[in-house]
Amino acid sequence: MASLMRYGRPERFIVPVLILAGWEMFSRSGALPPALLPAPSAVAWAWADWIFNIDGNTQSYAGHWIFDVMASTWRVAAGFAIATILGVALGIAIGWSRLIEVTIEPTLQMLRPIPPVSWIPLAIIWFGIADKPAIFLVFLGAFFPILINTIHGVKTVDRNLIRAGAMVGGGQHQLLRFIVLPAAMPSIFAGLRISIGSAWMLTVTAEMVAVKSGVGYVLWDSYYFLRYDIVIAAMASIGLLGYLSDLLIRMISARVLRWQQGTTLSGSEG
Amino acid sequence: MATIEISGVSKIFKDAKRKSDVTALSNVDVTVKKNEFLCLLGPSGCGKSTLLNMIAGFDKPTAGTVKVDGQVVEAPGSDRGVVFQQANLMPWLPVWENVAFHLKMRGAMKAERREKAQLYINMVGLTGFENHFPSELSGGMNQRVGIARALLMNPGVILMDEPFGALDEQTRMDMQNELVRIWEEHKGTIVFVTHGIDEALTLGTHVAVMSARPGRIAELIHLDLPRPRDITSPRFNDVKRHILDLLRPSGAAHG
Repeated sequence: MASLMRYGRPERFIVPVLILAGWEMFSRSGALPPALLPAPSAVAWAWADWIFNIDGNTQSYAGHWIFDVMASTWRVAAGFAIATILGVALGIAIGWSRLIEVTIEPTLQMLRPIPPVSWIPLAIIWFGIADKPAIFLVFLGAFFPILINTIHGVKTVDRNLIRAGAMVGGGQHQLLRFIVLPAAMPSIFAGLRISIGSAWMLTVTAEMVAVKSGVGYVLWDSYYFLRYDIVIAAMASIGLLGYLSDLLIRMISARVLRWQQGTTLSGSEG
Repeated sequence: MATIEISGVSKIFKDAKRKSDVTALSNVDVTVKKNEFLCLLGPSGCGKSTLLNMIAGFDKPTAGTVKVDGQVVEAPGSDRGVVFQQANLMPWLPVWENVAFHLKMRGAMKAERREKAQLYINMVGLTGFENHFPSELSGGMNQRVGIARALLMNPGVILMDEPFGALDEQTRMDMQNELVRIWEEHKGTIVFVTHGIDEALTLGTHVAVMSARPGRIAELIHLDLPRPRDITSPRFNDVKRHILDLLRPSGAAHG
């Protein structure tokens, strides 16, 4: 009931509608050539053709949207999955073992400030022009937030829970699996949410430079053909995909962390 | 044969930051026989929790030995069930999973865990709350879950560290009665840390009165008061007066 009320609230549409209306009027006023700032209606038209092949105004892209989206989504999913597995595994090892921490953490902390995009030249010569450099970049961008949050989650596990686990006869392996991992889950999910944003940014960046397909490629290619309506439609597509993937992570998180419901501010919202 | 043997135990905590050592326990000897209920009673800082932690295996003595069933204690183990001051339940697991956590560690199947858990959930009076999360229960109910978790391991020794300290008076009395009932039904050796004189005298077959700085046992009192114990009876009060005298700083004892 509460959520119905929330989604039924009309005020949530006020700001977007005002922005779109203002933008539409500004574009039609002729202050700028329409080709440089296409009106929302023009963007919607191009976007619709890109998706459904209505009148072919987007030429070779017409009806091709779903394939571009799938190409980008695949890269995000692959890079994000590798980053999650490695980030969580390494994060738990570093958070749990002082020896592992002093052995590998300094190296990782030196790699961390290097912007993932600066790896593009190396990624291209190592992996060529295809999915792999994009997946590599996504991995780089998603890995560190997941790693740092997992380490934090492990280090802040209540020592008394570990004691309780040892008391009921748990060995180190079981303590890690049945206490440390679940206790670190809220932090891990915080890391996943930060990372999914970086993942989309880096897929698009990689597609603009090193890949010949996907939403980011369409965006950059359209720029060469002065089709700013498609550029904006591609931007909106990325925003939409980012929003949906974040929503998916939030839904999984709400399920995994349902024990937090009612004990935290976020929990009460579901 | 003694179940718990503590001989010549001292514990010195090294405080590296302040460069000063704290002697928490000094040369403590206690023996707890099978099926005895020993209460460690004393002011804060007398080392009673430290002593309990050493029996549990969370701490090691600086000198002396702690033996349980003839074995020197090296690490925590499921032969010694601990009920903590805070329940220390896994907040992500429902009540029944917490109760059967020992079986989960041993890789038991879900059906077995569920069935065994139910037994102990009923025993501590939490029937109907099996699928609640700890955050949905009161402090007293969480403590019951903690007790059920320790009992399920069927340990020879149960160690309790002020388990009712955070509860209100009424709930505490209920829990004390329940604990005595469970102990009388199932037997077993209990070591119970408390700073409440009434609590110690309500529960124990023995009370070890401890004094602080350095922590040591001032007197081990055997209680042969009949159960259920009447905290207003003259004999109860005689013992209580004696303990109060022991606990008062010697200078102000008869001021």
